[in-house]
Amino acid sequence: MSAEDTPKDYSESPINLEYFYTAGSATTRFLNQVKEGNIVGQGCPKCKAVYVPPRGSCPRCGVATDIEVPLIDKGCIESFTVVHIPIPGNPIVPPYVCAMIRLDGANISFLHLIQDVDIENIRIGMRIQAVWKPKEEWTHSLENIKWFAPIDEPDVDVATLRFQES
Amino acid sequence: MKRVAIVGYAQHPILKNAGALNEVELIMPVVHQLFNDLGISQKDIDFTCSGSCDYLQGAAFAFVEGLSAIQTNPPIKESHVEMDAAWAMYESMLKIQMGDAETALIYGFGKSSPGDLDAIISLQMDPYYISPLWPDRVSLAALQARVLLDQNIITPEQMLATVIEARANSKNNKNALITDLIDESDYLNNAMVSSPLNKLDCPPISDGSSAMIIASEEKAYKFTDHPIWIEGIDHRIESSNLGSRNLATSNTLQVSMNQLNLKNIKFDVAELHTQFSHELPFLKSLLNLQDVPTNLSGGPLVGNVMMCAGLDAIGKTYESLKENQFTHGLAHATSGPCLQHNMLVHLEAQK
Ligand SMILES: [Zn+2]
Repeated sequence: MSAEDTPKDYSESPINLEYFYTAGSATTRFLNQVKEGNIVGQGCPKCKAVYVPPRGSCPRCGVATDIEVPLIDKGCIESFTVVHIPIPGNPIVPPYVCAMIRLDGANISFLHLIQDVDIENIRIGMRIQAVWKPKEEWTHSLENIKWFAPIDEPDVDVATLRFQES
Repeated sequence: MKRVAIVGYAQHPILKNAGALNEVELIMPVVHQLFNDLGISQKDIDFTCSGSCDYLQGAAFAFVEGLSAIQTNPPIKESHVEMDAAWAMYESMLKIQMGDAETALIYGFGKSSPGDLDAIISLQMDPYYISPLWPDRVSLAALQARVLLDQNIITPEQMLATVIEARANSKNNKNALITDLIDESDYLNNAMVSSPLNKLDCPPISDGSSAMIIASEEKAYKFTDHPIWIEGIDHRIESSNLGSRNLATSNTLQVSMNQLNLKNIKFDVAELHTQFSHELPFLKSLLNLQDVPTNLSGGPLVGNVMMCAGLDAIGKTYESLKENQFTHGLAHATSGPCLQHNMLVHLEAQK
């Protein structure tokens, strides 16, 4: 039996699609500010909720978030997890901590790293602040922030962060 | 069957490249326009259903993000089809028939500009035997065009006339993407993309969105004095195996026509989701529409938003009945290669 006659059990059919991704006009405004080291959330004109990072709409009200809301780079840990499994291509060595970061004045949180602290000391409600990369490395990305590190302020009760409709 | 009517339809201007606008930013204006036109809000909507394709965005569950365009608090009843939004309308119709809703908002959206549409569409084919060959959508359409020409079911002159007429009709469509007129020599001087289809036989790469509201008889007159009734709706699908289909006809469309009793209706207007020039004369003859003004909007050849163009055929028929005081309209939506899956919608204005 020649090689060509051998029945094949399978054939590979890799799929590779390329896209020109666009962030949207609202997120573009946000990323342009991030490049300058500013965190500018966007507020809903109806319910006043502040979104960071903004996606251009308040899904609660179904309207565009056209109010720019400058924020500071301080907040608290709303939730966190300890990652023990290495992810291929990820330069960070486990164990490390991913947390949902709730910036002061924002009504949603985003995912980022927590460092400069022993893992066993990390807790929900802990106050944290951004540790930025050197200015020369800033780009259109929240990766301009290396990670968040704890600061010496009293913990926050995250239950009080629940959005209250005004 | 409960009577259900279309009470509103809105369409985003069709764009060649929406650029920085993301999907949410495309959907929001049409939904707001529809609500403003009817003087209603999301609170008046019992059921919301959208049609889109995650492969167009290149992100899993991208359709969920689309929901950010509408008000979802207090929580809403909502669903999605990974298809043209015409099928979102079909699902909404069923929801109303079942008594689960009296009103429904339907929206569709699609940006073809960010990716390679030919490659994306080939992934809708059978994943074992056909998709791995990466057949592009134009070559697949060309297969059927060749069959139709070889069997003298359509002529090259009809294809030419379809292209010229589509552009002439674009003047009726404020949202059309392609509006420049062409003549016979322009057409003949275009190089083949996949014989017998040249560039002008094919629809333009398009970005956009559309929205529609349908309502039961009870609610329809609360929204508008001029509802357009969905008198009949039927959809059927041919085999996914291209080799087992007869591309020179459509048995399933014949069944739909009988089901809707179309031969007894004198249509004033029709809008067909015919993306390639050979498909229009083919379907006109199959559906007995030879004497019916068809695709007065220009149809998909002047703007073809993926996952919207079928809903747009229904919306354009609705608009045509309203604006021209016509009585009967036929709309058609399609999905899959070579008109594989077809929906027919019989719309009627109140006499
Ligand atoms: Zn809001």
